[in-house]
Parts: sequence; structure tokens; C-alpha cells
Amino acid sequence: MKRVALFIPCFVDQLEPKTGIDMARVLQRIGYAIDFPEAQTCCGQPGFNSGYWREARALAERYIAIFRDADFVVCPSGSCTTMVRVFYKDLLEGAAREAASNLSSRVFEFSEFLVKVAKITDVGADFPHRVTYHDACHALRELHLREEPRELLRHVKNLELVEMPYSEECCGFGGTFSTKFPMISAAMGETKAANAGAANVEYVTSTDPSCLMHIDGILRSRKSPVRTIHLASILAQRELPNENRSQSVMTQTSQ
Amino acid sequence: MNTPAKEFLRSAAAKSADLAHRSTIRTGIDHYEAAVTRTGARFLDWEAARQRCQAIKWEAINHLDKYLLEFESRVQDRGGHVFWAETAADARGYVSELAARKNVRTVVKSKSMVSEEIDLRQDLEKQGVKVFETDLGELIVQLRDEPPYHLMTPAMHLTRTEIANLFQEKYGGVESNDPQHLVDIARRALRDAFFSAEMGITGANFLVADSGIVALTTNEGNGRLGSSLPRIHVVVTGIEKVIPRMEDLAVLWPTLARSAVGQSIACYNTLIGGPRNANEPDGPEEFHVVLLDNGRSELLADAEQREVLHCIRCGACLNVCPVFRKIGGHSYGTVYGGPIGSVLMPHLGGLNKFQHLSFASSLCGACTSACPVKIDLHHHLLQNRRNAVESAERPFSERLAFKLWRWMMMGPMRFAILGGAARASLRAAHALGLEGTRLDPMRPWTKTHAPPAIPDKSFRAQWRTIAKK
Repeated sequence: MKRVALFIPCFVDQLEPKTGIDMARVLQRIGYAIDFPEAQTCCGQPGFNSGYWREARALAERYIAIFRDADFVVCPSGSCTTMVRVFYKDLLEGAAREAASNLSSRVFEFSEFLVKVAKITDVGADFPHRVTYHDACHALRELHLREEPRELLRHVKNLELVEMPYSEECCGFGGTFSTKFPMISAAMGETKAANAGAANVEYVTSTDPSCLMHIDGILRSRKSPVRTIHLASILAQRELPNENRSQSVMTQTSQ
Repeated sequence: MNTPAKEFLRSAAAKSADLAHRSTIRTGIDHYEAAVTRTGARFLDWEAARQRCQAIKWEAINHLDKYLLEFESRVQDRGGHVFWAETAADARGYVSELAARKNVRTVVKSKSMVSEEIDLRQDLEKQGVKVFETDLGELIVQLRDEPPYHLMTPAMHLTRTEIANLFQEKYGGVESNDPQHLVDIARRALRDAFFSAEMGITGANFLVADSGIVALTTNEGNGRLGSSLPRIHVVVTGIEKVIPRMEDLAVLWPTLARSAVGQSIACYNTLIGGPRNANEPDGPEEFHVVLLDNGRSELLADAEQREVLHCIRCGACLNVCPVFRKIGGHSYGTVYGGPIGSVLMPHLGGLNKFQHLSFASSLCGACTSACPVKIDLHHHLLQNRRNAVESAERPFSERLAFKLWRWMMMGPMRFAILGGAARASLRAAHALGLEGTRLDPMRPWTKTHAPPAIPDKSFRAQWRTIAKK
């Protein structure tokens, strides 16, 4: 049996555990054995993005030591995947850099792993809702994933995929940017929320739980009926008997 | 924190909430993006064009000494003067002194960001010279007594009604806000200036080394008039504008035009070689090129960021930047705004003074994708942040926070226990109804966001239960 190691970003572990659980369920369903290396904490991105490369370096080296023997590493975040695959090369030097580049070819964002490695676009999901996809920046511009998540969504039974205007414009989260410059971040989030509203959808989905947490906070504070859901949670959704359908949506929206 | 950073925060917060501004900019950018898409179809291979432009600029910047000297000697051969200005003051001084020596009373100026960089207009005005901005956008912001909003489209933040009102106040005779009517008014106002000016000042889009030619692009023809009617023509430009060969313009011109305003080619592309020859009926009697360094050669010495000198000042990175679209060009408080400005200003004006701009980015990378010469803009912002932590002032609390962060993340037990404690305290605070108040541990997040539901159990705790089954 093929094995994958779960790379669960620190904030997914603490704030969005359902996303990790749903990703693991989908991977199991399509026939992968799952490892969760419990020593993992954070890939180092918050420090790296804030200029604290020395601190981030320690975490990057720690991360590599934990995952170095995995066949595949799969992550429910394009951003954290980017940190390992793209930025470790900038951050590290010498042997550590070598080890990073060796590992980087085996680290995948979830939708990328399904489509490019497992070569599956239909995971047997059913989600009878109108959904739009938000292009998370790192997934789009660093990992060049535009079609992979959409391809998976197109194969979800009963799901209606709608493009929102400016789907590729940043939602404004940006990690510590959102706390250093909350007014700019929120203004960008408002634009994203308005675009999702214009698409007249029930859900915004994406590869990145951090974008979704930000968009969700903006949507709810502006009393929008639109909700957010991670791609993994859509793909984990199976067909349910009709009487359970409304209940299923409730579980989706609550934590 | 230093003053430009505070001023930035104040202005950015105000503009971010200004919905009229947001809508004006969106309209302008929508037109731009539609035009860029349209003209993109006229490139057989846009990516190949970008790569070619990148290669040309790389060659020029990495052999800057050779190409600049070549350019200089060809200009001199035709009787032109080349002045090497190490600082802004040197450049300013040269032009002001020249104007004084030649009894210049009136100057017509076409668009030049380098002239903004060295405060040239203000300096000339101080000595009593009348300076007319002749680019329509620049004229408008000159009349409003404010700096250009955007390095390519200086009056992007104004609606045509606002411009009509401004013209009525300054010139009178405005009958409508029809763009052609407004252009006619500006044209009439500038025509006399063109004929009376003793000196024309322009920038340069490219300096062609192999032929000693200044390539100047405008859409209004003002650069052509200003460089040929007055008896003295002064070009003020940065040393990074040099390119090796005339034929390089074949790809640089259309690439610049597309990235700047979504045109296939700009309306006026002028090649200027020097002063009027004895057998020529018109052109300036004197021709001067001021080559400005002002920190550029220090950037050249920085191998990591040298490619920032590839910039052709098209403004595409500003247009696609979601931060620029919210905070507007004036919030940056710098000559060069938007992503390129945030990358460049720490080099031109000091890291400590301008480091905040490198943090004011979500690092989305739209700028890098749009850059026609493929400057890795958002990664340079990350390097500036690292440089700031290494050698500039950062808040003590931040330095401490990242030390603690590292300590916590180096131990999975510590992370699990502290994470659990943080979640418990958040849940407690929310249960007490503190969410959104000053006592909310999640402020400033909850100031602008509805608070997220905080899960009872972490992933690792839940996974343990699942894995046991």
C-alpha cells in the first residue's frame, strides 16, 4: 500500500482541524495509508515572512529531519507547501539546502497530489451546492495550480462551479500582514467577499485554510450569507439520503 | 517607529476605507486590464518577449560600465554633453546652473520620474524659472500641487469631472467634462509655453549604447515638441536606462507599451541623437544628458537585488497590486510607489526609513507575474524584510515574539500544550462576550472580522482517537 505523510500546518492543527481530518479521509478513501508524524509543528513560514530567517531556519531544518524519509508529503495548504518547496531553497544553505531540495520534489499541495500524483479527479464526492473557487496566491503563482482544484470540483456530483470576478486577486490575508496592516487586509477581504457575493454562490472554496478563515471572518462580519469551506471538506462529502442533506450542510459550516 | 512609517499607516488606513477612491481606481484598472488582454493577443509569445526583455536588461546592467561609456562617447561625438551626477543634488545643481547661465526663463518638461526623484521642478521654480509640465496627467497634478499618483498614469485617482472642475478654476472656459474638450483646453494652455520656452527637459525610456541615442516614448507628442522646439534640450535619466543595441527597441517598445497602458505601440516614439547640425533646419542648439546614480551603483553591487535595475518604469506592478488598489499611490509617500517602489526605496532612501513598505504586502506575487522584465519583486520584499530584521530597527516586542515562537515550535509538546491553552482562553473570552472588545485576545483580528469558532480539540488530539480505531 502506498503511504503518504500528512503535513498539517500549525494553524490547521490548532484552528482548522476538520480540514486535516477531511483531507486524511479523502486520501484513505482513494487507497493511501496515512502517517501523521507527531513531531511536526510549524514549517517556519511566519518567521520567514516576517524577516526572522534565523529563527525560521531552525524550524526548516527540524521539518526536513521529520519528513526526510517520507515517500510523499501532502498538505492542505498551498502556502505551507510553497514554504517547503520554494522558500527553503532561499532560506537554507549548504547541506540543509541540499536536503531541502531533495525533499521538495516529494511535497505536494492536496489538490496537486490528487491530480498529478494519484492521477484522480473524481474522488466520489457529492456536494449539492453552488460554489466558487478562490485562487490562493501561493497555490496559483508559486505552485502554478490553476486547473487542479477546479478539475476536482468539476467532478464533484451535484456541485455547480461558478467563477467569481477577479478570482485571482489576493484576499488580503498575507499572514502577519493582516495583523500589521489590518485596515488594508480587511479592505482587500471586502473586495473578495463582494466578488463572491456577485457570483451568487453558497460557498467559497480554496486550497488554503488561512485565506478561507480571513474571508469567512469578513463575510460573517458583513452579514453575508456566503460561507467558506476548504476543498478537502467538499471532497470528503459523500452522497447522503435526502432527509440528511440539510443536516450535512450544518456540519459543514460549524466547526 | 519612524515618521514615514507612521504617516504611511495613517494614510493607508484612510484610503483603504475610502470607497469613492476604490471605485475610481477599479474603473481605471478595469480599462487597463481589458487593454492589456487585448494587446496581449498581438504578441505571438508574450512569455518569450518578457524573457527577451529580461535578457537585454540583464546584459546591460551586468555590463553597465561598458555600455554607459559607449553611450557617452557617441553622444559627445555629435556635440552633446553628458553629465554624471552621483547624487540628486549634483543632478539638480547641473540643470539649475545651466538654466541660470543660459538665461532660461521658461522650461517645458515632459514626464520624468527621475526629475521627481531629484525635485528638479521645485529647484528651478525656486530660482524664478517657470516650469510647465506638458504631460497631461503631470500637468493636472502640477495644477493640484501634488506629486504624481502613479509613475505611469499620474492623475489616475481623478475623475474627469474633477479634472473639468480643476481646469475651470485654473483656466476657465470649461463647457463639459468631455475628455477631448479637456485635452483641447490643456493644449491651448501649453502651446504658448512650448513656443516661448528656452529649455526643454525630458526623461528617457532607453539610452541606446551602440548609437548614442535617447529613446523617448510619449502618447501625447509633448516629449517630441519639448525636445525639438526650445534651444536647449536636457535629458535627465538614471544610469540603469542604457540598453546595448538599437535593435533591442524592437521588443522593448511594444513590451513597454503593452505593460504600461495596454497599447501595441505607443503613439510617439522619438529617437534623439544630439543637438541640431549645421545643415539642419530645426532641433535644439544644445543637448545635455544628465545620468543619475543616486544609490543605483550600490544596488548594482547587491547581487541578490541587482535585477531591480532592470525596471523600465512601466507601472504594471502598481496596476495589478491589490495593496496599491486599496491604499492608492500617495499613501506610499515616496517618488516610486507600488511594489517596485517598496523594493527600491530602501536602496535609494535608506532601509530604516522605508522598511515598512516591504512589510505592507500580502506577498501575493501579482507584481512579479506582471513585470515585463521579470523582476522577482515579491521575493525582494522578503529579502528587504530579512535585511530589516538584521540591520534596522524593529520593535523589541516583535523580536521577542519570534524568539518565543521559535522556542514553542521547536517542541511539539510545548506547541500542543500552549496551543491548547490559547484555544481555551479564546473560548473563555468569547463565552464572556469579550469578542471584538479591547480585552479580546484576538484583537485586532476581531476588529475587522467576525471571530472564528475555536475548536475544542486540535488535529493531533483528534487524529490520535481516529488512528486508534
